[in-house]
Amino acid sequence: MAAPRTFSSTGEALLGGLKAALSSIFFFVIGGTYIGIGALAHDFGFSAWWMALSTVLVWAGPAQVILISALGSGSPLIEAAIAVSLTGIRLLPMVVALLPLLRGEGTRLRDLLLPTHLTSVSMWVESLRLLPGMLREHRIAFCNGVALGLMGVAVAFGFVGFYLAAGLPPLFAGGLLFLTPVSFLISTARNARAMVDRLSLVFGLALAPLLAMLHVQLDLMWSGVVGGTLAYGIHRLREAAP
Amino acid sequence: MNADMAGLWPYFLLVLVGFLPNEVWRALGLMMARGLNEDSELVVWARAVATAILAGVIAKLILLSPGALAGIPLGLRVTAAACGFAAFLLVKRSLFVGVAVGEAVLLAGGYLFAP
Repeated sequence: MAAPRTFSSTGEALLGGLKAALSSIFFFVIGGTYIGIGALAHDFGFSAWWMALSTVLVWAGPAQVILISALGSGSPLIEAAIAVSLTGIRLLPMVVALLPLLRGEGTRLRDLLLPTHLTSVSMWVESLRLLPGMLREHRIAFCNGVALGLMGVAVAFGFVGFYLAAGLPPLFAGGLLFLTPVSFLISTARNARAMVDRLSLVFGLALAPLLAMLHVQLDLMWSGVVGGTLAYGIHRLREAAP
Repeated sequence: MNADMAGLWPYFLLVLVGFLPNEVWRALGLMMARGLNEDSELVVWARAVATAILAGVIAKLILLSPGALAGIPLGLRVTAAACGFAAFLLVKRSLFVGVAVGEAVLLAGGYLFAP
């Protein structure tokens, strides 16, 4: 779909963003992911409204998966908070890269608050692809439209997954829960273009179950810090090599 | 499941353990929006740690599965994930194909080898 370059009003730019969200590949990715997360929330004993609110407030699939599985299985709160926070670090550089695209001459800080909260991997990828083709004065509204459209899809499919998990035969309920790890595994691998990201993926996959089976406290945090630092170290050594 | 998961307590935890620890990075990003670039060493390291954590979550969901997924044999879960990943690599790095193949293998295997 070609990006519409001009809009007659802010409202029309918002609507244009909503339409872009619904025709994006991320419609399917987010739909499938949130069916999985909704099913997970159901199986860990949360309510459907809690699930919907977590999508609106947290708006980050990996953080929601960690939050639900950590709280639901009774992990210490500090461990859950640290694990959620560590996955959120990737949002920082995304916000840093996105805001300069949105900011114009008359932009106030409060205009940037909503796009900042709405920043997620999917919205970020779509915004960076579509925003450069349009006038600066419409970018914030368009970007909000994209993100709110995707968030609407996520909330709706979260409910779908939640109630499907409640009424489905065990095999299909298992299949829904399987959507989350398999779609995250593949989308993380797809996004991991640099060697350091691929190594982090492999180390994290290997370390976390190992540490969990050895009953190491804060297993997710340690697999992240150790696996990520190891990957980063190898990347630095390779760069330093002639 | 926790005995405490009733009333407003889960919503309190959602804000305290889910919203705030995640949102702090967006707020910092807003403050730092000038001056830090995507290729700076700190950002590369942070991304590596975040990727490893996400990978850890994925592995634990597949190997130490919760809920209904635990009813599907471990070998089948791992085989299905591996088939999905292989399909993704073979068919134009398509996320859709990978997920569809992984799910198909899991459901077909679960149906055929049901006790």
